[in-house]
Amino acid sequence: MSKEQRRNGAKGMSLIVKTITRLTVGLILLFGVYIVLHGHLSPGGGFAGGVIIALSFVHLMLAFGKEEAFKKVSEPVLSFFESVGALLFLGIALAGLSAGYFFLNFLPKGKSFELASAGIIPFCNIAICFKVGAGLFAIFVALVLLTVDVEKK
Amino acid sequence: MTPGCAIVPLCVAVPLGGAFLIALLGRKVRRLPDALGFMATLAALLLSLSSVGVVRTSGIVVYAVGGWAPPIGIALVLDGLTAFVLVTVNVIAFLVAIFSIDYMERFTAKWQFYALFLLMLAGMNGVVVTGDMFNLYVFLEIAAVASYALVAFGTEKHELEAAFKYAVMGTLGSLLILLGIAMLYGATSTLNMADMGRELAAQTPDSLLLLISALFLVGFGLKAAAVPFHAWLPDAHPSAPAPISAMLSGVLIKSLGVYALARVFFNVIGMTPQVSSVLMFLGALSMVIGVFLAIGQWDLKRLLAYHSISQIGYVLLGIGLATPLGILGGLFHLFNHSVFKSLLFLNSGAVEYATGTRDLQKMGGLARRMPVTSATTLAASMSIAGIPPFNGFWSKLIIIVAAVEAGRFGYAFWAVLASLLTLASFMKVMKYAFFGVLNEDWGDVKEAPFFMKFAMCALAAICILGGLLLLPAAYEPFLNAATKVLAEGTRYATLVMSEVR
Amino acid sequence: MAVYVLCLVLFCLGVYCILAKRNIIKIIVGITIAECAVNMFFVLTAYKTGGRAPILEPGAGIPVASMVDPLPHALVLTAIVIGLATTALMVAIAMRIYAKYGTYDIAEIRELKG
Repeated sequence: MSKEQRRNGAKGMSLIVKTITRLTVGLILLFGVYIVLHGHLSPGGGFAGGVIIALSFVHLMLAFGKEEAFKKVSEPVLSFFESVGALLFLGIALAGLSAGYFFLNFLPKGKSFELASAGIIPFCNIAICFKVGAGLFAIFVALVLLTVDVEKK
Repeated sequence: MTPGCAIVPLCVAVPLGGAFLIALLGRKVRRLPDALGFMATLAALLLSLSSVGVVRTSGIVVYAVGGWAPPIGIALVLDGLTAFVLVTVNVIAFLVAIFSIDYMERFTAKWQFYALFLLMLAGMNGVVVTGDMFNLYVFLEIAAVASYALVAFGTEKHELEAAFKYAVMGTLGSLLILLGIAMLYGATSTLNMADMGRELAAQTPDSLLLLISALFLVGFGLKAAAVPFHAWLPDAHPSAPAPISAMLSGVLIKSLGVYALARVFFNVIGMTPQVSSVLMFLGALSMVIGVFLAIGQWDLKRLLAYHSISQIGYVLLGIGLATPLGILGGLFHLFNHSVFKSLLFLNSGAVEYATGTRDLQKMGGLARRMPVTSATTLAASMSIAGIPPFNGFWSKLIIIVAAVEAGRFGYAFWAVLASLLTLASFMKVMKYAFFGVLNEDWGDVKEAPFFMKFAMCALAAICILGGLLLLPAAYEPFLNAATKVLAEGTRYATLVMSEVR
Repeated sequence: MAVYVLCLVLFCLGVYCILAKRNIIKIIVGITIAECAVNMFFVLTAYKTGGRAPILEPGAGIPVASMVDPLPHALVLTAIVIGLATTALMVAIAMRIYAKYGTYDIAEIRELKG
């Protein structure tokens, strides 16, 4: 980004990066969602999908600057999703308690290799995806935007 | 599986749920973190007390999570030792949570404190309750990472330096433990503790088992702050806020270090004479070096931290003796040390809250202005020095008698010597901090606020009445059940597998 | 056998880095190296020569007996996430140490003594 563009108050990276990001970031998010939802059928699941979703937001922040990224998901929304993900996971586990055991797989299991099968596992994956995605993006935001003034000795 | 057994996973789920509820709502509602912290720790305390009753009526309880029977599924095992350590951890956590209601008013972001505190409690409960090796590692890490963040909570210079040192050494210990678990998995191809015990008993011990034992000794020794792995403790415990020092010194090094060490070595790998003598040697080393380094300290919390190292040495010596009487002494001292060491750290917190200093040479004559604090400190000091009839006396006596009975007169001598030096050290604390002439600077300090007084008095009451735990009515379900689990050693495997239908 | 020894050599390199380096950030890198070594060791205990990926497929698919052990894979996933959390916390502490002390050199960050 050239000096004149910076003086005009433009943020983020160059025009080429911004154009390509506009095309690809939605696809990255969608890919993350695919990996989460198919966690019981193919490798991946909550952790990996959550990381990819977090990375799509990081990509947005790197290319466009933090205001644009915060317009899509602001910090209170981030901490809300993080806590809700963990509470949802605990809630599913405790719901299993009401049906017998902690964490029992109490929803109907359906046929193998179909999307709607394997009981509570897809819901657990979604809860983990919220937590890991929000958590990883929150870690990135905290570490990158933390500006502390060095105390002179 | 009776409904009463549902308390086993709830011991972990309740603090965890509380932590995330506080993270979700605590920012906006003013007194919510305090209330939720109080309720979550109270619920955990009630669950742990009822678990003692469950063990008394049903023996070992094996809870198969998700309905998957071990060794395929993860099992949560509730036996005598688990119930004992659960009660210890949750009693201290409840009283420290009450103390923090007033003490943490001075810090910003109290909701973060309570969220991390409940996470640490959930991790510690998980370590104690689990019956699966990798699950042990996961809960160990949850508690450890929460404690690194809590040590750095005030973000002052010293707190950050101490937290970094603690984090690096703690992570190194965890990596060694993970390496040991990986090798154990390679040797036995199972992760369930009972199944592993059975497989290891069927194999002949070879050099791999020796390497695994060494890795676990160093890894858990780093977590328990046994000498020579103690270097993080004198920096981390004084720099943390007082309630966190009480939790770290009182329960974290015990549930993450000593309990896990005892569980792995007695029930899974099996106690051998070599491991026993190494544990006794480390214990004796910790006892003596801890107390020698403590005597010269003028910073109150640093002195208490060095005494923690020394008292953990007593526990390791008792457990390392591997005789039933020695194990009884070690476990009883574990409980007693949790109580009186947390009380001492809470007292130092009350003194710091009132006067703003931790330096013994600047204090003086506080007994006149802070009667409750000085009375409870006196009770705790007499406990730690081993004066009858306080609880410390009984457990130290049992350890020394067990050492003499096993023929280890050298260790008994070092134990008595360390006890005398502890007495001298705490006489110094009482003289400089509480008795004597009132320093003019502290002419108008006030006694600690209500919740802090309540927590300190409750702990002091347990100190005074702790000896009653040796009466037959209380001894059977509580201490004896715990001792039997360790004394039986590898019979744990057959007991657990027979519970699984 | 040789691969296990190589993993342990990598672990020892990571531990050397933790012990011998003076810059805080290098110590954190050393922890990361040691963690990677332990995770690799764990995954290697799962491997079996001629094994296939442990994914079930509709129809006949791969015989289960020839799959590699999937349990350590799940455990290593958990261990990697734990390592991420620890590293993030240590980096945050290191950044605040720089703000308070003005240096990353551990020889100069020695206020706590005795």
